[in-house]
Amino acid sequence: MSDTPDDVTADQVAPDATPEPEVLHGVPVTRRFGQRVAFPAADQLVELVRTLRDEGWLMCLDVTAVDYLTHPRADLPEGIEAERFEVVVTLISHAERERLRLRVQVPEADPVVPSLFEVHPGTEAMEREVYDLFGIRFDGHPDLTRILLPEDWVGHPLRKDYGIGSIPVQFKAPSER
Amino acid sequence: MGLDFSNGLGTIDHNVVTARVEDVVKWARTRSMWPATFGLACCALEMMGTGGAHYDLARFGMEVFRASPRQADLMIVAGRVSQKMAPVLRQIYDQMMEPKWVISMGVCASSGGMFNNYAIVQGVDQIVPVDVYAPGCPPGPETLIHAIGTLHEKIADGEVFRRRADNGGGANITVTQLDGQRGPQPVSLGLK
Amino acid sequence: MTIAENPTNHHHDLERLTSEGAQEMAPRPLAGGVEVLRELGCVLRMSESEAEALEAPDDAETSIINMGPQHPSTHGVLRLMLELDGEIVLRTKPVIGYLHTGMEKTGEDLTYVQGGTNVTRMDYASPIFNESAFCLAVEQLLGLELPPRAQWIRMLLNELNRLTSHFLFLATNGMDLGSTSMMIYGWREREEGLRLLEMITGLRMNHNFIRVGGTAADLPDGWQERLAAYLESIPGRLEEYEALMTDQPIWRERLQGVGAIDTDEAVALGATGPILRSTGYAWDLRRATPYFAYDQVDFDVIVGSYGDCFDRYAIRLNEIRESVKILWQCIEHLPAGDYRLQDRKVTPPPRRRIDESMEALIHHFKIYTEGFKVPEGEAYAAVESPRGELGCYLVSDGSGTPYRLHMRGPSFVNLQVLPHMLRGGTVADAVAIISSVDPIMGEVDR
Repeated sequence: MSDTPDDVTADQVAPDATPEPEVLHGVPVTRRFGQRVAFPAADQLVELVRTLRDEGWLMCLDVTAVDYLTHPRADLPEGIEAERFEVVVTLISHAERERLRLRVQVPEADPVVPSLFEVHPGTEAMEREVYDLFGIRFDGHPDLTRILLPEDWVGHPLRKDYGIGSIPVQFKAPSER
Repeated sequence: MGLDFSNGLGTIDHNVVTARVEDVVKWARTRSMWPATFGLACCALEMMGTGGAHYDLARFGMEVFRASPRQADLMIVAGRVSQKMAPVLRQIYDQMMEPKWVISMGVCASSGGMFNNYAIVQGVDQIVPVDVYAPGCPPGPETLIHAIGTLHEKIADGEVFRRRADNGGGANITVTQLDGQRGPQPVSLGLK
Repeated sequence: MTIAENPTNHHHDLERLTSEGAQEMAPRPLAGGVEVLRELGCVLRMSESEAEALEAPDDAETSIINMGPQHPSTHGVLRLMLELDGEIVLRTKPVIGYLHTGMEKTGEDLTYVQGGTNVTRMDYASPIFNESAFCLAVEQLLGLELPPRAQWIRMLLNELNRLTSHFLFLATNGMDLGSTSMMIYGWREREEGLRLLEMITGLRMNHNFIRVGGTAADLPDGWQERLAAYLESIPGRLEEYEALMTDQPIWRERLQGVGAIDTDEAVALGATGPILRSTGYAWDLRRATPYFAYDQVDFDVIVGSYGDCFDRYAIRLNEIRESVKILWQCIEHLPAGDYRLQDRKVTPPPRRRIDESMEALIHHFKIYTEGFKVPEGEAYAAVESPRGELGCYLVSDGSGTPYRLHMRGPSFVNLQVLPHMLRGGTVADAVAIISSVDPIMGEVDR
């Protein structure tokens, strides 16, 4: 690193400069534990997924969400503001044999994200699950109803402010038979 | 019933057997108890295994799992009962004809098991009266057969109805878990 | 008023309690255009207005019937609402959630050693795969590299579990199509496999044997002979099943051409596993993104050609043969060494040392009660389960329990192909198709 070839001038070589932050179609990207993670905004999501689908990221594996109410995270790239919820979309490219994760920040005050149903019909059930368990609405979803919990359930269990709902257990001595 | 069959049927003088009605009824009930299919989760696989060739419920007259609750007398609740499934469970139980029995198979059905949370009913006895509780996660076929055998025994000696009258609901018999008791199996838990 | 408070049967209350409102199928005039479109299974080809204008029989001639959640087709608590025109299925709407156990919420309260007990009960027909995906995700966050023997033992258990799961498929598929003897035969094979798993892991099902760092214990002495005896019995029996099923005209009539799907549709709907491979698309995670020791063993990825039920049945049958091949290679080539990474952080000390050393006792105690802490971060790891891509998305906040645990269950996503496949077939075909998708409701509902 310190041996520059004779015909290269000093301003062409800057070994100590920090690498450019990676960008994918205008969206910042980080690499963690060997996987690429991109951070689109909610309004960039559908276009990005459509573009990626045309580039070979053919299948949407998973749509899920995380509630970061009790854990301020430090792994967001510059320019991305942390919100309470994150919708996490995992795509896969069969040709490249690689997975890509998209994390969309969703504010608590207005938890709406555009639906990926038009691009990947297979996200229908997964988005319903996110709605059911987190309360995040998907704009443009054909049938946004609860899927796992009974229809009259109140609340969204996977949110951090929803208790686990355990009952205290009483241990009794075994009764005589 | 006091007859001597040691030399075969040819030695019987009379071809009439007398018994008390209660005994014949109990004999019929225990020897052809038909379970309703109520396999919910992992325990259902062990229940199906009990019906299979190795453990064979057919020798008890129970290999016909009736899909229709109208034709079944025994409901083996095999698996965890979620909040959404609870009314369905009750509906199936109500559709069964008397006399009917319930075996709660596995810890999830008996008490909620390892899932003490918002989604699982903490014991199917919140919804239907249970006669026999079979522990295990899942209870192996041996435990399930022990539970079924216990139920048969208790029906045959009238104990089940006595216990139900006492408890105001199910007979509440708990059996011990019998599977995995073939003797000590060496397991290597350290470096050799 | 709950059922417990009012146990005397009131039909009206039960009707109300068992009705799932908006989750159920609405009659055609009431269901919006997009919902009809989706339920017709024409998601990928028609537009909404085309679907609405679709020539459909008069609404008075179709009926909506309900299959499940308790029904004899032994696929767990799946409820299907079908709109029928006579015997032909038009629309299908699966209603799920009857086995929702809140496992992802429970997972946030369990340590990483206990986590296996929770995830293993999701896909309960192939529990080892759930544990594998979970442990791979945790190991990604911890940055652990496992010794070769641990990888091979994990691979051995995975393939053994794939055998028992596929035998379960053959049994239930046979039963659904009327062959009760196949049910008994399939369970016979499965029993032998479960006994082998019991010998190795201690339990027939829901093992919690794959732990972070390796496996819970080493393979017991004499495993090669037991496993070899099992593997030797399989090919002959598979020949019998081929004679009973594959070569039989009734089987072919019932399965060939039924429930066909093509690659674009399967990929768009997110289907993986035998469903995707039946369309001719050779995607198998064991070959594409190898994990454990799959890149060191020789096996084929089985694909179909027509995407119908017969292809899916044939793929699973032949995957049994491939698993047997892999297991033979395991018997021959399993390396010696540690069954578990000897990393003080995640591995408890050997049981013998607990009697000798106070420090070992404390170490053991800490790992089993508090658990070990995993660095902050998020990871996704996936394995090829008998149903498709089983993934685990784990978010850690640096403490001893996961912050968010999400399992991507293949059956949950695969169920979306049902409306598409069932359309235009008869109800009897519906039974065959559901059986060929082979859903396990534990991982659908979690």
